[in-house]
Amino acid sequence: MNKKNPAWAFFASVKLALFTLFVLAVTSIIGTVIPQKEPASVYAEKYGANMAQLIDVLDIADMYASWWFLALLGLLSANLIICSIDRFPGVWKQIKADNLSTPVDRIRKMGRRESWQVEGSINDTATRLAADLGSKGWNPEQLEKDGGILLFGQKGAWSRTGVYIVHLSILVIFVGAIFGSLLGFKGGAMIAETKQVDSIHTFDTQESIDLGFTVRCDSFGIEFYPNGMPKDYRSVLTVLENGKEIQTTPIEVNEPLTYKGITFYQSSYQGYSDFLVKLTSEKSGAEKTFIVPYQQKTLWAEENIKFAVAQARAAGQTVSAMKILFSVGDNEPTSFWLDAGGTATLEGEAGNYLLHGKQLYATGLQVAKDPGVWIVYFGCTMMLLGLCVAFFMSHRRIWLFIEDDNGASNILLAGSANKNRTGFEKSFEVLKQDLQQS
Amino acid sequence: MDSSQLLGITTFTYLFSTILYAVIFIFRAKKLGTATTIFTLVAFLIQTAGLALRWQESYQMGIGHAPLTNMYESVVFFAWTIILIYLLIEWKFKTKIIGAFAVPFAFLAMAYASNSGINTEINPLIPALQSNWLIAHVVTCFIGYAAFAIAAGLGFMYLIKNMSASRQTTDDSTLIGSLPSLKVIDDITHKTMVFGFLWLSLGIISGAVWANSAWGTYWSWDPKETWSLITWFIYAITLHARYTRGWGGVRIAWLSIVGFVSVIFTYYGVNFLLSGLHSYGSS
Ligand code: HEM
Repeated sequence: MNKKNPAWAFFASVKLALFTLFVLAVTSIIGTVIPQKEPASVYAEKYGANMAQLIDVLDIADMYASWWFLALLGLLSANLIICSIDRFPGVWKQIKADNLSTPVDRIRKMGRRESWQVEGSINDTATRLAADLGSKGWNPEQLEKDGGILLFGQKGAWSRTGVYIVHLSILVIFVGAIFGSLLGFKGGAMIAETKQVDSIHTFDTQESIDLGFTVRCDSFGIEFYPNGMPKDYRSVLTVLENGKEIQTTPIEVNEPLTYKGITFYQSSYQGYSDFLVKLTSEKSGAEKTFIVPYQQKTLWAEENIKFAVAQARAAGQTVSAMKILFSVGDNEPTSFWLDAGGTATLEGEAGNYLLHGKQLYATGLQVAKDPGVWIVYFGCTMMLLGLCVAFFMSHRRIWLFIEDDNGASNILLAGSANKNRTGFEKSFEVLKQDLQQS
Repeated sequence: MDSSQLLGITTFTYLFSTILYAVIFIFRAKKLGTATTIFTLVAFLIQTAGLALRWQESYQMGIGHAPLTNMYESVVFFAWTIILIYLLIEWKFKTKIIGAFAVPFAFLAMAYASNSGINTEINPLIPALQSNWLIAHVVTCFIGYAAFAIAAGLGFMYLIKNMSASRQTTDDSTLIGSLPSLKVIDDITHKTMVFGFLWLSLGIISGAVWANSAWGTYWSWDPKETWSLITWFIYAITLHARYTRGWGGVRIAWLSIVGFVSVIFTYYGVNFLLSGLHSYGSS
């Protein structure tokens, strides 16, 4: 495209960047004040019919995914791309420039310059100064021109790319976000203990997504601090493929389980009024787990056992103890209190039984697949590196021109930096003194 | 001696520090300079000891965690970072006048922390906060916020100097004249904002990584996240306006103040005026 094209100039301009960033900053406020993702009726009730209509037209209910907000982000991206294409070749030229071709007249007029005279031929002086510059990391190049010798050295030329790394990083982050939203999903599943799922529901469309494997919740538990604050939500999940157990992993908040690119996060739970009772016969080793509704008699036919949860003590939604009725065969039932999560040993005619009882919970899992997240992290790393380069490094150049003056050498030292000029002035001063003393 | 006593003392030492810096400025009492710096350094060490002790106390309570986990602790840490960054600036730019415009923020933060009735107890961590990313996130954000606080103080200083008749002078014959030259204030303001921008970027990124490891979403546009991004935009605008459009002086000074208002809103306003996921500073 023609760089003089007004459309090009428009998209390459920093004014547009300032405008877009400003509009993004201001409009972003809207979604922090108007609650997001509520049903339409909520807005009608809260803001009246007219406002609700406006909210609907402008997609304010989900404004960060609305057409106009995405268009603003698109505009920012176009701006970044065109601006970089427009400027980068110039920067590359600066990095690759042949600074030995800089006319001596221009060197004589540079802002930072010093001149002095030393004994000795210009060749000797040049060799000595070049060695000196080399030892200070300036890697000098040398050229005979205009009847003298020109030395040039530079540091941090590539630091000019820092800003472009930052700008590119923003695009990389956007690419990662788009990639993730096209190929990934975010959803949830509520799995009662002992139950399993092989699909989950996405949050936005409530569409069912096949996992390609099965996840079972073996158990869920909550721990509390003495002051009653929750300390730990923990689920034990088992992954199954074709009915075969692949792995069993405990998860907590901040410690998810990832299997085949899909990650399961502990996010909520639900307590039921049912109970989970596990019976084990010590003699035969037989074991069975039951989900028992409150106050309902349950039968383990093989062992001829009847039992029920007759009463429960609860604080809020959380059961702390349960009263169990238990009988083997036609014997009189025994009754006793069991702490939730505890195990009791019960005598039967044919040996002892172990009874483990607790309230039934379902674990609430957030389920996400985001193949773009590594791209986003890569972009973030680029941004931080680019910011450090852009802020703390500069391209510094120095020229030394050495001319013959009746057998002595006249030395002209000049230099410039593209940033942090005060810092450069100080180091220029130090360099001058070092070179004068050598 | 327990941590709350040490942090209580800190409030008063920062008040006294503020007064000393104000005296240096108002009465051009340069002689007090060294003593003031030493006093502030000692106050800073007292606060450091207070924070360390609070950390240790949490372990004694069996709920050990870094003292960075609720509104009170974060405000205290905010004050700590302001003093730290201020002392670095004082050392690097060899001027004590800025103290009168920066140290008051640390005093105000401490005064707010200890007297506004926010919960000062050491509480255990709810499951969502049990992550090492918490420390990375809070530390980086608050270094950024503290730098922006100082930048706003400098911006304010610039505006005062710019309004005065002695805006061009830099000698001690007048009150305003004793301030650094407009060019120098402008330069330090800019550098402080750049520093803050880098840390705010780190803070936002560490928060995103944390959110992803806790919930599987690195960005969910909750009000706190969104406000931190708004703040980030404001400083990005400021840097571009300066760098590519040559803005400086008064405009940048105002932007440093606008940016800081946005910081305060991100940090404080969102917790109390808006609702969202960030259970974090609300108790
Ligand atoms: C949120 C988005 C952006 C961020 C975080 C960002 C970041 C930066 C940073 C850190 C600098 C270096 C400033 C300095 O050294 O003090 C910079 C410079 C610059 N930015 Fe951006 N930028 C963004 C968007 C844009 C956009 C959309 C444009 C489009 C025109 C743009 C154009 C420029 C230009 C032209 C420079 C100066 C480059 C030079 O040194 O020649 N920026 N930006």
